Amino acid sequence: MRWKNTEYTGWGRALRATGEMARPERLSALTALMAEEPAPALGNRRSYGDACLNDGGRAVDMTRLDRFIGFDPETGLARVEAGMPVGELARILAPKGWLPAVMPGTGFATVGGCIANDVHGKNHHGTGSFAQHVKNLTLVTAEGPQTVKGGTALFKATASGLGQTGVIAAAELQLIRAKGDIVTVTERRAGDFDDFIGLLDRSGATYTVGWIDATATGRDLGRGILEEAETGAGLVPAPKPAKAVPFDAPSFALSPAVVRTFNTAYFRRVPGRGRTVVKPINEFFFPLDRIRDWNRLYGKAGFHQFQCVVPLAEREAIRDMLRRIAASRLASPLAVLKRMGPGRAGYLSFPMEGYTLAVDFPNRPGVEKLVHQLEDLTAEAGGRIYLAKDALASGARIRAMYPEHEKWVRAVAKADPQGAMATDLVRRLGLRGT
Amino acid sequence: MSETWILLGATSSMARALARALADRGDGLLLAGRDMDDLRVLAADCTLRGARFAEAVAFDARKPERFADLIARTQADDGVLNAAVFVGSMPDQADIDADPALIDGTVTDSFTGPARFLQMLAPVLEEHGAGTVVGVGSVAGDRGRIGNYVYGAAKAGFHTYLSGLRNRLGRRGVHVVTVKPGPVDTAMTWGLPSLPFMTTPEAVAHDILRAVKTRRNVVYSAKIWRLIMLVIRLIPEPVFKKLSI
Ligand SMILES: Cc1cc2nc3c(=O)[nH]c(=O)nc-3n(C[C@H](O)[C@H](O)[C@H](O)COP(=O)(O)OP(=O)(O)OC[C@H]3O[C@@H](n4cnc5c(N)ncnc54)[C@H](O)[C@@H]3O)c2cc1C
Ligand SMILES: NC(=O)c1ccc[n+]([C@@H]2O[C@H](COP(=O)([O-])OP(=O)(O)OC[C@H]3O[C@@H](n4cnc5c(N)ncnc54)[C@H](OP(=O)(O)O)[C@@H]3O)[C@@H](O)[C@H]2O)c1
Repeated sequence: MRWKNTEYTGWGRALRATGEMARPERLSALTALMAEEPAPALGNRRSYGDACLNDGGRAVDMTRLDRFIGFDPETGLARVEAGMPVGELARILAPKGWLPAVMPGTGFATVGGCIANDVHGKNHHGTGSFAQHVKNLTLVTAEGPQTVKGGTALFKATASGLGQTGVIAAAELQLIRAKGDIVTVTERRAGDFDDFIGLLDRSGATYTVGWIDATATGRDLGRGILEEAETGAGLVPAPKPAKAVPFDAPSFALSPAVVRTFNTAYFRRVPGRGRTVVKPINEFFFPLDRIRDWNRLYGKAGFHQFQCVVPLAEREAIRDMLRRIAASRLASPLAVLKRMGPGRAGYLSFPMEGYTLAVDFPNRPGVEKLVHQLEDLTAEAGGRIYLAKDALASGARIRAMYPEHEKWVRAVAKADPQGAMATDLVRRLGLRGT
Repeated sequence: MSETWILLGATSSMARALARALADRGDGLLLAGRDMDDLRVLAADCTLRGARFAEAVAFDARKPERFADLIARTQADDGVLNAAVFVGSMPDQADIDADPALIDGTVTDSFTGPARFLQMLAPVLEEHGAGTVVGVGSVAGDRGRIGNYVYGAAKAGFHTYLSGLRNRLGRRGVHVVTVKPGPVDTAMTWGLPSLPFMTTPEAVAHDILRAVKTRRNVVYSAKIWRLIMLVIRLIPEPVFKKLSI
């Protein structure tokens, strides 16, 4: 296998890595290179921070191992290579009446990346996390490929395991039924934080997601729009082809004034009495994918996403966070509030029953301090920071948030005794040690 | 009328992109190559994407004694038959300098093997009186350059062969498209020093389908390479021989 020397980043573009990358196009090439010198796998690098970076080391780009290998239309069991993007899988499956059980907010995330971060979707409260629907997976280490069955210790260390147990080459997924490839979405305004929490708590919809105006203050604090959706059948116009952001935007593109104006307009877009609209599935599940490379809007310096979850009883912590975020004038239009269920599949899985808040911040002076304050609030509330998004947290704090960390360390030490699969995030947070 | 395509060198990511586009529209696929394990995975992928059928079949450009079986297989199907050749190999010029015997393999993979197969397929296509042959050449075949002139020579031979085949088959309603890609982001170029105007396998597949539909004879992919190669071909030999481009 030839190695390519390359500089690369995660989705946030605030952190960079340089190193050698392989990109196998077939399983035999992957097993051969792992036997020679194992290296951590990367998917489409939709993690924001350094989970998908290995500065100074080697890495394996999995995006060309992207085939749909098998499907049973009776049981809804599908076998796919790990480099398959979730959105592509959904596009193929929806007309057959099935969907991946869990889909994150971008269709570009690969199946391998979805397992390695045990991602959640807009249906987490009812359906659980991605890897809970993985029956088994093929894991490649220096010793070759092995099948790892759901429920085993190695499986729990691999699901949410940040690539540390080996390279996931393929997985068998239990799909869920979908009536077709459209969704009916009901959009409702939430006037303030209490209103928002009330709407989330009462929602009986299969899919819910809340957009929150992170610039709103005072009486408007916590205002936003709740979207509730169900899949269905019907005919809607095909989505327009994706547009791309061709260059890094100048720094004023997301200045506080622009964001405030945008957010107010975005909030008012939905009439006061709410409305119901019908969309193609990808427009609902992956709204941002319609603008390729939108991360360039944040300019060269890149951006950070903060995502936490706090227990249901700790909603005041979220209110507190929103106050600080609005006061910082650092918020971007991208902010999400959701209620999570308890579902999780791995030792390091992020979800817990509670409320999750995700906010993007341009990488400007003051961001680190703000994010550290938000981390403090999360820790005090007994919550968790999401490693798929993190670039700034400190190790001791993170390890304390993940009660099964010790079990993970033990299982990973067995699977990768040399530490060959370590990534920048794992080193920064000291995750492999105890 | 349903269409069937035989793709030679189907493990190439360019071929994969074309196979998927063809599967999306429901064509039948014979995926030919050496790595049967990988071809079976691709066949499953294409079937699940909507191919009328997709089957892995053995093809090694260096084993012409087995071509007849494959030709017979192409006749087992009643759709309009089409063929696309992606087979090719590009050893480092330095390796060839060290071991000139590598020339034989390069020429067999990139030219004579596929040509011999197409020569056997030609009567079948003439019989059908329809369909398209796509041959993937290379901009490297447009002029011999210090960096890869053996590969370039093989591709030049293949271009000339395709031009003659077009002349022959065109008379019987079969169209031949010569595709000359510039650098494409595939296994062949991965890790090579950075190459200008690189395109993706999906873009090449898209260009191929358009060329087939509009019955173009020779296309470059990316398009800019038509212009670049025009300029490069115009450089007089006394000047060109001193350049290392
Ligand atoms: C716009 C946007 C919206 C998002 N929405 C959500 C959301 O709603 N919910 C959510 O949970 N997440 C969300 N995310 C985060 C994203 O889903 C995760 O970061 C996911 O892991 C990205 O997948 P990837 O294929 O890009 O993996 P990468 O980011 O490339 O890698 C992520 C991790 O997985 C490991 N990995 C990747 N492939 C393999 C493999 N084959 N074998 C072993 N390890 C592997 C890597 O080593 C790394 O540790 C979102 C991200 C974006 C950009
Ligand atoms: N990438 C570029 O920049 C570029 C530019 C111009 C032209 N091209 C041409 O595009 C075509 C596809 O190449 P690629 O870039 O996708 O690289 P690739 O992955 O190396 O593809 C080459 C293909 O040829 C096959 N092949 C080689 N020798 C063979 C043999 N003896 N018998 C049967 N099959 C054989 C390979 O099969 P195996 O899998 O069995 O090895 C593979 O399918 C080639 O003809 C190449 O010359 C490429």
